Amino acid sequence: MQTLNALIRQCRIAAFWFALLSALPARAGTYDLVIDQKAVNVTGRERTALVANGSLPAPTLRWREGEEVTLRVTNRLDEPTSIHWHGIVLPYDMDGVPGISFPGIPPGETFTYRFKLRQSGTYWYHGHSAMQEQLGLMGAIIVEPVKGDTHTYDRDYMVILSDWSDEKPHRVLSKLKKQSDYYNFQKRTVFDFFRDLSDKGGKETLADRLAWGEMRMDPTDIADVTGYTYKFLVNGQTSEANWTALFKPGERIRLRFINGAAMTHFDVRIPGLKMRVIQADGQDVEPVDVDEFRIAVAETYDVLVEPRETRAYTIFAEAMDRSGYARATLAPRRGMRAEVPALRPRPLVSLAEMGAAHGMNHGSSDHGAHAATDHSPATETGTSGHEGHDMAGMDPAAMPDMNHAISSHASHEGHAMADHGQEHADTGHRVLSYADLKSAEKHADWREPDREITLRLTGTMNRYIWSFNGKKYSEAEPIRLKYGERVRFTYINETMMNHPVHLHGMWQDLDNGKGPFNPRKHVVNVKPGETVHVDVPVDAPGEWAFHCHLVYHMETGMFRKIIVEYPDTAVKKGA
Amino acid sequence: MTPSLDNHFIRHSIPVFVAAVLMVFGSGRAAAQLDDVIYNYLKFERFEYEGNDNIHLFKWDIEGWTGSDYNKLWVKSEGDYVFDQGIFGRADLQLLYSRNIATFWDAQIGVRRAFEPERTFDGVIGVQGLAPYFFETEAAMFISENGNVLGRFKLAYELLLTQRLIAQPRVEINVSADDIENRGVKAGITEFEAGLRLRYEIVREFAPYIGFDYVEEQSLLEHKHTVRAVAGFRAWF
Repeated sequence: MQTLNALIRQCRIAAFWFALLSALPARAGTYDLVIDQKAVNVTGRERTALVANGSLPAPTLRWREGEEVTLRVTNRLDEPTSIHWHGIVLPYDMDGVPGISFPGIPPGETFTYRFKLRQSGTYWYHGHSAMQEQLGLMGAIIVEPVKGDTHTYDRDYMVILSDWSDEKPHRVLSKLKKQSDYYNFQKRTVFDFFRDLSDKGGKETLADRLAWGEMRMDPTDIADVTGYTYKFLVNGQTSEANWTALFKPGERIRLRFINGAAMTHFDVRIPGLKMRVIQADGQDVEPVDVDEFRIAVAETYDVLVEPRETRAYTIFAEAMDRSGYARATLAPRRGMRAEVPALRPRPLVSLAEMGAAHGMNHGSSDHGAHAATDHSPATETGTSGHEGHDMAGMDPAAMPDMNHAISSHASHEGHAMADHGQEHADTGHRVLSYADLKSAEKHADWREPDREITLRLTGTMNRYIWSFNGKKYSEAEPIRLKYGERVRFTYINETMMNHPVHLHGMWQDLDNGKGPFNPRKHVVNVKPGETVHVDVPVDAPGEWAFHCHLVYHMETGMFRKIIVEYPDTAVKKGA
Repeated sequence: MTPSLDNHFIRHSIPVFVAAVLMVFGSGRAAAQLDDVIYNYLKFERFEYEGNDNIHLFKWDIEGWTGSDYNKLWVKSEGDYVFDQGIFGRADLQLLYSRNIATFWDAQIGVRRAFEPERTFDGVIGVQGLAPYFFETEAAMFISENGNVLGRFKLAYELLLTQRLIAQPRVEINVSADDIENRGVKAGITEFEAGLRLRYEIVREFAPYIGFDYVEEQSLLEHKHTVRAVAGFRAWF
């Protein structure tokens, strides 16, 4: 008997060590997420948010590269739900898009996601049903690299930006359908017209108004949904609540920015601190030091900052249309706060950009289109003198003399450039652009694409219909790709909105002229009138979603199903 | 005039209309995609007192629709009530099937029932949309049971004084192809109306306004032109 017990004990010890050893290289974590409603009070009025495990935003999931994760997602709502693991490479039936990857999670049921992590970095997850991300159903994912971090840092904080509305998303969409400029309270007035007449002369002003009038578009249409209804949040906190991250002077802090907003691009800066961008969309990039970066909806940027002074710093995230901001604080002690900058003037979409989109000032050649867009500033305040009341407070990156800074990049003609920023000669204020992004690692699979698919980003703001190639999701056939091929997607933005294009399951290698070091992204923002090329290594069989990540654009038709088939054999469901 | 032809038109417009209704709602049901959802809209474009020393009217111009991006069912009603006489000067109701035929344009077909000044039943064909340079445009042709052809053309523009204070100049022209003896209608422009309304959008959906209308009416009996002050509200939901 005693020998038997001893044997059992020996076995147990052996089992323990076996388990421990085998767990080290490949952890297998099980995580439970319970999706439920929760009463929240963001604006002073009680509203219902959607939460995971009672938390808004949903809890941060910390995983490890190589880990086999099991996620049990339970739906306690009275409507279907789903969770999409944004940016994570996984089998398509684990991707969490109802109607494509799986049927969704019915009320009261639990769906178990299982996949192995083959990547590291900062990602996020969000609901993919009925605009639930707009109601707060999103959270951060951190996947630790198995080889250890490339960069050292003392502290690590999530900075999740979001836009909260007291209005239900279906109500917002309904309003947009009935009056698409419902939320725009920054339109040009009669007085702006007269101001332009005196500042720029009759000819230019009239030409400008006639050109916009002919297109039936509005250059102030920077954001469809604005601060009129949105409160912009950092980690679920309002600017007044002032979410604060602590540091000791001299420490190096990693800030993982995630734009979990439904509709809002942010311009982020921390006055007094340079930010070293080390990751974009979870992928290591060659470090770039900037003063500001624009984060499109669903993008992530990881930055390092090194505050040396014993004072507070404001993390300031302006909505792209300047209708509001999200604010948080970096401080040595809780309760400290720094000055909150004033909102800069709202930008205007320039006619040059729309000219590119509408074929007014370039030849029909593809090449011409790039040239026209690459040189044009996306947010041109230069053409409208009245916005420059306070030049000192203006966005230096959007000032007229940025044009020569841009043209210094003209040698990259034909690649995705950005305009929003480049170094400003006078102030040295440097704004990150896509042109700055260079993958830290050479892509082993880099080669010339096998074929090209051109997608025009299309829509009618006036009717609030959004589409690819003029067809809504419900009207279009899926896009079919062959497993193993490399496809170049050319996005031609014919609209005057920015569209953050998200491909599920596969990477988009953004062609910014860096060849095998092109940045690898899950969301590529395409600016008004711009043409952007991305190369997609088609390495994930199955059915995938592809869409503009602005939730109301996605919902109204700017969405496609992509089917990746094995050559000569159709993919079977569940294969 | 060939009344039989037009009776024919009316008779046939009813099944067309029923088919259209089925299309509007059928399409919504068949395509469960969220990008083809049915919305409902009702707008009180004008809901106002209009008058001068001699005339006191209550006037309405209400329109609404239900439907998806491409297929809609429209209802429109216009009219006025004359306070001093206690009668409706004009009152009608249109039911239209509307189809999106171009980016900014819908074609509309349906019927109009006029209740005042007399009961008539007309077929309606028209277009409605946003013309270049942001002119809200509506043009319709009415064909009566007796074969009379009438037309209505509306043009409106919005001038932003501030983000909420909006001036809206507006023109409406009603025409008739022929004299219509029994209605006193004279061929040509029967009514010309030009006005300006200054509204304040307390919220987008609700805006009280003031303004004026210049109205010129031409009938077989008389030619009138009047200037009227207006006050009312614009509302939609």
